Amino acid sequence: MISELLIISVGAILINNFVLVQFLGICPFLGVSKKVETASGMGIAVVFVMICASALTWVVQEYLLVPFGIEYMQTIAFILVIAVLVQFVEMFLQKSIPSLYNSLGVYLPLITTNCAVLGVAINNITKFGGTEMSFVKSIVYGGSAGLGFTLAIVLFAGVRERLESSDIPEFLKGMPVVLVTAALLSIAFLGFSGLSFN
Amino acid sequence: MSEKKTGISALGAFLNGLIKENPTFVLMLGMCPTLAVTTGVINGIGMGLSTTVVLICSNIVISLLRRFIPNKIRIASYIVIIAGFVTVVEMLLKAYVPSLSESLGIYIPLIVVNCIILGRAEAFASKNSVVSSLFDGLGMGLGFTCALTLIAAVREILGAGSFAGIKLFGEGFQPVSIMILPPGAFLTLGILIAVINGITKRIKRSKEGTEND
Repeated sequence: MISELLIISVGAILINNFVLVQFLGICPFLGVSKKVETASGMGIAVVFVMICASALTWVVQEYLLVPFGIEYMQTIAFILVIAVLVQFVEMFLQKSIPSLYNSLGVYLPLITTNCAVLGVAINNITKFGGTEMSFVKSIVYGGSAGLGFTLAIVLFAGVRERLESSDIPEFLKGMPVVLVTAALLSIAFLGFSGLSFN
Repeated sequence: MSEKKTGISALGAFLNGLIKENPTFVLMLGMCPTLAVTTGVINGIGMGLSTTVVLICSNIVISLLRRFIPNKIRIASYIVIIAGFVTVVEMLLKAYVPSLSESLGIYIPLIVVNCIILGRAEAFASKNSVVSSLFDGLGMGLGFTCALTLIAAVREILGAGSFAGIKLFGEGFQPVSIMILPPGAFLTLGILIAVINGITKRIKRSKEGTEND
């Protein structure tokens, strides 16, 4: 059981990294990675929301969509669950843990449109053949996907901070150099694809 | 925005999306599908056209309902409308082009969170007439499709030596397989944007030059 969970989490963090290998959550990855501090804030918020979202969507799928035979409503149901969840998390944190809210506040609304969150929910259902994915496994998968996102965005922010002070050719300034940097980081993560457990 | 502005010609809205505000190269929206599905030209075109269909339909419906949707819940309403059309497209693809549906996989349901669609709903369809919203959707969608096709063409030709599945070179061709792998996506997009930036800057400079003379 534990080894199974470990395989899921290493797979989601390193081998199939959400950002650099599966291209999910590219918008915040490019948008909020100028400073290591903001990047790690965003990362923690995403981990939190992904764990909640995996748990909730698993329940919705198992006890609502499957029994009524309306799996085709998946996309609509999941995006609504995520939007409502993010709103609730925001209100809850604001009332009960204001210090955490103050550090995450800005990033929470952005997460609704982070495709990585919807990606986790859909992957949980389709990639693991639906019923085989237990509640615990989907939570572990959600958390690891979030950690993978955090790892990628923090590493990337570190590189971008260095990039600020370097001399870049005129035509590469702005987005192009950022994308080329992401390509190099992605090559590094390609190395992990050699890690296979089968 | 004044009433005059709402009458932006349909052609203007169309060309704006296709060239001047190209969603991929200029606005930098919808990066996830852009990078993920451009391993082959057919995938790129399929993704582009699916997004175009969703964009046109949601733009029309949102434009029709723009006087009835309360301001406070507009984003949620837009998302539900978009998710509805995405589900329709998803089922159509599964029924008629199962191979494409298979290779695009998770990225079809993820059209819901493509920022282009929500962005156009918020920035254009909620303020403009049905006809111009339709053409805005068409222009933006085709602009997205062209961009995806261009990126996919570069990646497929270099990475697999083929175009839309047709082999271009003889047996001796050694494919640069990194272009098909994830890093190639970032690299291709970065270099294409650099080239486009370079060209637009040069055009701007030459225009200024002639004005100064």
